[in-house]
Amino acid sequence: MPGDGDSALAVKVEDLEKRYGEIRAVDGVSFEVAQGETFGFLGPNGAGKSTTISMLCTLARPTGGRAVVAGFDVVKRRAEVRRRIGLVFQDTTLDDYLTASENLLFHAELYGVQRTGLDRRLQQVMEMVGLWDRRGGLVRTFSGGMKRRLEIARGLMHSPRVLFLDEPTVGLDPQTRSHIWNYINQLRRQEDITIFLTTHYMDEAEHCDRIAIIDGGRIVVIDTPEALKARIGKDRVEVRTDDDEAAMRGLLREFGLEATLSEGAVTFHVAGGEEFVPRLFAELRVPIRSVRVSRPTLDDVFMAHTGRTIRDAEASSAERNAASPWMRAARRR
Amino acid sequence: MTTTAAHDVAAVRLAGGAARDELRAVRMVWRRELIRFGRNRLRILTSLAQPVLFLFVLGTGLSTIVRGGPVTSGSNFRTFIFPGIVAMTVLFSAIFSAVSIVWDREFGFLREMLVAPIRRSSLVLGKCAGGATVATLQALIILVLSPLVGIPFSAPLLIILVGEMVLMAVALTALGMVLAARMQQVESFQVVMQFVVLPMFFLSGALFPLTGLPRWLTVLTRLDPLSYAVDPMRRAVFAHTTSAAHFASISPGLSWFGWRLPVGVELGVVVLIGAVALGIAIVQFNRPD
Repeated sequence: MPGDGDSALAVKVEDLEKRYGEIRAVDGVSFEVAQGETFGFLGPNGAGKSTTISMLCTLARPTGGRAVVAGFDVVKRRAEVRRRIGLVFQDTTLDDYLTASENLLFHAELYGVQRTGLDRRLQQVMEMVGLWDRRGGLVRTFSGGMKRRLEIARGLMHSPRVLFLDEPTVGLDPQTRSHIWNYINQLRRQEDITIFLTTHYMDEAEHCDRIAIIDGGRIVVIDTPEALKARIGKDRVEVRTDDDEAAMRGLLREFGLEATLSEGAVTFHVAGGEEFVPRLFAELRVPIRSVRVSRPTLDDVFMAHTGRTIRDAEASSAERNAASPWMRAARRR
Repeated sequence: MTTTAAHDVAAVRLAGGAARDELRAVRMVWRRELIRFGRNRLRILTSLAQPVLFLFVLGTGLSTIVRGGPVTSGSNFRTFIFPGIVAMTVLFSAIFSAVSIVWDREFGFLREMLVAPIRRSSLVLGKCAGGATVATLQALIILVLSPLVGIPFSAPLLIILVGEMVLMAVALTALGMVLAARMQQVESFQVVMQFVVLPMFFLSGALFPLTGLPRWLTVLTRLDPLSYAVDPMRRAVFAHTTSAAHFASISPGLSWFGWRLPVGVELGVVVLIGAVALGIAIVQFNRPD
């Protein structure tokens, strides 16, 4: 069947936009994802990640722009797109009263997977997520991590070209999160598949080939995690002082450095951070309690491009959401 | 990029999106209903408790006051309400199955079905078939009790009753789907029970003959879809008892403005209501979210 776009691209998005009344949840984003790539959307909650993924999965209709997924337009060829993508949502969509393998087989039925080779595929995807031994167990008896693994396996049952993972590890403990990532990385090695994921965890974004940082419905920057960090070229310095206000004024006056107050520490970026520390003590006339210098992380990348840390962004968006019950409702859909 | 030569990916092929795929989807949704029903022993048990209470406790208790009336013995009163109780079993089970789609919505599985590359109408049809099958199975269990209320087993009667039960079950499940389509929360189930299911049951003539009633009640009973399902079953049961003529005299059945409805017309009404409800349900579930 002929597709509508460049077949070497798994995802192609042009000026995609989604408005809910006055709110621009996604405000004109454009990007491309190559076949076989692992691409991450990194941003705080409410930045427009889930809305974008919903549009790419044909679950929400864009109010502007265009998106082609697995070679088909997400508005005009919905069924063709759906056949070629796998979806793992934030909230579980398994049937608790069915066994693990029943959930997967029912999925295969819904997606019209031919029966030849079905049993082998079932075993393959379940072994990939380490659940083959539990195939006969009722999903009701599974832990949160097992359910998420099972959903990933289910998303793969029909051998999709693109697997969408919307916050694949949200709500799981750190150990389970790293387990899930082991499985995802193994999956990347074993299958020729494009993975599109959203996350608000910095460490998870490190797993991606490329990431797009999204904030306020817009893409701020797209590149490989290494390039993004290298581009900053400066170290991150966090200083705890007796008088943060005076310290920030001093940094600007003496060194011309713009600092921000983040999580109780005066934070700024400077080239050669470790060599800078002695000067800091000599010239900043504010009592310093502690200094921490670190190589740039994705957190710093986020901060460099948006002027705040992702946790601060989360906190302010949580306040906004609390103030407006409609935001929650809109997100759930 | 991390793509190596795709190792040993078990190849699966997707079929072409034809009618066969839709049928498979319908069958899957149907099978899921049956599996869930079969695993929920408690639901089977609770759903049987109610008809048994109605039939033997209410039936026996009330027969002491109706004895002076046209129904001359307790056994006869239980015989009279038996088709109504079977209909009640179908009604409750069908509506419950249909409304369970609200649970599917709450716990996410509905989303898994809605994002699949299949028509929404296939989901509605599968759910309807599943709910109707479960409802018929439950009513079949009640049917086994018929000798205890003075209705001898007979193959022709059984075939007629099962056929009528299937029709009724499909129509009621479809009706339930229409109600469920707009329901967002599990709590609404109580509302449906109080304002739809119970009125339908009481107005259907399941417990009393639909003749000689005050005008307002007569009108309401004729508007109740369930009336058109209970009457054919009652006729079939009466025809197979020893005192058929006696029953016919106390419960001459449904009429429109004095016209005694033939069974064919009654069943036609049931089929029509079912078809219309199914159509509405499909339209409702086809709406983009």
